[in-house]
Amino acid sequence: MQSPLAHAVLGALIDLNKPARIVHWHFFQMSVANIVVIAVMIFVLVLAIVLPFPARRRVSR
Amino acid sequence: MSETAGEPRMWTTRVREAAVGALPPEKLLPDEQPVYVASWIYVFGVLTIAALIVVVVSGVVLGLEGPSWWHTTSIGLFFNSIHLWSVELFFFVMVVHLWGKFFMGAWRGGRARTWVSGAVVFLIAIATAFTGYLSQQNFDAQWIATQGKDGLNAVGIGSFFNTLDFGQMYTFHVILLPVAVVLLAVWHVLLVRNRGVVPPYPARRLAAEPVPPEPSPPEAAR
Repeated sequence: MQSPLAHAVLGALIDLNKPARIVHWHFFQMSVANIVVIAVMIFVLVLAIVLPFPARRRVSR
Repeated sequence: MSETAGEPRMWTTRVREAAVGALPPEKLLPDEQPVYVASWIYVFGVLTIAALIVVVVSGVVLGLEGPSWWHTTSIGLFFNSIHLWSVELFFFVMVVHLWGKFFMGAWRGGRARTWVSGAVVFLIAIATAFTGYLSQQNFDAQWIATQGKDGLNAVGIGSFFNTLDFGQMYTFHVILLPVAVVLLAVWHVLLVRNRGVVPPYPARRLAAEPVPPEPSPPEAAR
């Protein structure tokens, strides 16, 4: 059995033991969790484009 | 055995020559890439492959040990989580890869088959993940199966693809769809090797301009 402290450390940062929160606006309906994941994907895409690539590499042309 | 003129060549010879002609070793395993490849956006394809390898290996372990193992033992739960989160990561980096390739028009320069094969892999991967949810052997799987059957029946494929038939869903998940994903992914990578990485739009325009005198020092990757 895990101690309450271990539960607090190892458990989810957000309480997932309840119904998901849903954003519903006209035809649009999506869980907040999915919206967050899509936002993070867009953020990572932008970072991948704007951040400089660190290593120098041999180039062929 | 050496061949003489006029003697019909063996099919193995023809296959070998066609394979080496389409993908010579320097194309199959290149040691240099164009300067524009030095960007983080070009990393997400190989991240997708890396995640797929973890997905397949952890899935094989789960399949060998069985549901009672992955639901009740600590190491089974660990591998269950590895399988889940590697799939999450697989889709995350695959979507970023897809967006990046869409905005750089990765179908240009005779790369239509590369683009289409990647899109097909994406769609089959969604079906693979869906059948994975149905193969968990828990209440979550039962809930998804009973909800999903109505949608699939509504489009008329319920008799061929029955979410309530665990054996059928499990076969789709562990054999048919993963084999399709892996084979198409391999073909996708070979097409990338054959045609090369798509250049970004500005580099393509610059390539059409006259080459200036020798720059000093040469512009290298950052």
